[in-house]
Amino acid sequence: MIALFLRDIRLAVRAGGGFGLGLAFFLIVIVLVPFAVGPETALLARIAPGILWVGALLACLLSLDRIFALDREDGSLDLIATSPLPLEGVCAMKALSHWVTTGLPLVIAAPVLGLLMSLPSEGYLWLVVSLALGTPALSVIGTFGAALTVGIKRGGLLLSLLVLPLYVPTLIFGAEVARAGATGLAVETQLVLLAAVTCVTMALLPFASAAVLRMNLR
Amino acid sequence: MMPELGKYAQAVLSSYGLSLLLLAGLVGISVIRSRRVARDLRAVEERVKRNG
Amino acid sequence: MGSIWEYANPKKFIATVDRVLPFVAGLAVLSLVVGLIWGFFFTPEDYRQGSTVKIIYLHVPSALMAINAWMMMLVASLVWLIRRHHVSALAARAAAPVGAVMTVIALLTGAIWGQPMWGTWWAWDPRLTSFLILFLFYLGYIALWAAIENDDTAADLTSVLCIVGSVFAVLSRYAVNFWNQGLHQGASLSLDKEENVADVFYHPLLVCIAGFILLFIALVLLRTRTEIRARRTRALLARERMT
Repeated sequence: MIALFLRDIRLAVRAGGGFGLGLAFFLIVIVLVPFAVGPETALLARIAPGILWVGALLACLLSLDRIFALDREDGSLDLIATSPLPLEGVCAMKALSHWVTTGLPLVIAAPVLGLLMSLPSEGYLWLVVSLALGTPALSVIGTFGAALTVGIKRGGLLLSLLVLPLYVPTLIFGAEVARAGATGLAVETQLVLLAAVTCVTMALLPFASAAVLRMNLR
Repeated sequence: MMPELGKYAQAVLSSYGLSLLLLAGLVGISVIRSRRVARDLRAVEERVKRNG
Repeated sequence: MGSIWEYANPKKFIATVDRVLPFVAGLAVLSLVVGLIWGFFFTPEDYRQGSTVKIIYLHVPSALMAINAWMMMLVASLVWLIRRHHVSALAARAAAPVGAVMTVIALLTGAIWGQPMWGTWWAWDPRLTSFLILFLFYLGYIALWAAIENDDTAADLTSVLCIVGSVFAVLSRYAVNFWNQGLHQGASLSLDKEENVADVFYHPLLVCIAGFILLFIALVLLRTRTEIRARRTRALLARERMT
């Protein structure tokens, strides 16, 4: 299972798209926002946590269809499915490698982009914490969506339609933490709820993903 | 005949109109598709029976 | 009358639908006509809302059915996954567009009511927001059905999506509640009309709700029958091509 994880990471690094694309997309979204709403610092500071969260969420979405599609095309997904590895574990590993290649860079890049959005200085810590807690959930939910659409040609758009509504709770609690943090309010409740959502999705959704994958490979 | 709706007449009438239109559309589409599918099935079944 | 599982047999289901549908449809139309005419022509105006109170006869039943349709899909999906009855999967598929239209009606009538009453077409009130999210779930569910070619795989995948979606829909409902309280306090935009609905409005409303439920049942029966026939046609055509 660890070998599978390392393999996915290596593939993502070698293909180049994995790390770079999501980050570049995140950067572009954040750069575009001031063009759209105006360069006023106070306004940018107010919307910064939310915009950073939406940007990270969309950047996450971008690489979801690669999770299973490439393995499906060259047949290695069938091999993995017939191997003695439990498919639930495979799905969890897939989500983990997706998080390491997309979610983690986003978390690390977020403070820099926060600078561009003139995020108030109290906000940085909670922005990073909320993203670090929330992005794993995004990856796990995304893996479920990718498993659902693995058999569909050009399923990318459908994947977004299926996954985005599922992102709502994570986005709400995550952005709420970042926003409360930026304005210096208490963040405990939001933080606990965000952590709860992440834990529940991480615990349960790999089973759903594996079930769906089995149906697709039958 | 028409009840006095006062200044909100437009709101009430448009919500009734739109809702009934949507419901009618849904029913219409369902019925039309039901008829078409039933006809297709009958055609295919007869053909299968004839050709053995 | 044997057990309910007898209707899992498509032939038996179609025969039953053929027999029952005219009655259900007739009753649905009758109660809708009675309820809506009663509500529209023969109820007084509310002292605060004026004549817009009449929108309640469309808004509340459609909102009710928007949620109940999803519940029915959830049950049907579970039945499909556990007992593998094709009729059940097809009934879930048949119900989805009906539920989506109900959601649209609820949102539309709500917006039209909100414009004069709240002074805005749309507010990010928890209930409104949850309904918008519910609509997105319907869209995703319908799109997934349409995208997959193999019927059984499509039924499997959409069933799982329905179950996972239900969990997330409930989660979203609570998240949205939490989120809006964080934004602005107070429930000045509360939609809890049932609490203070007087009998004059209540009785026609009940008739309208019955009408919407019957209409939903009739539509689902009709559309399920259509799906069964469409699938049989496809199967026959496929067999024909084989020989």
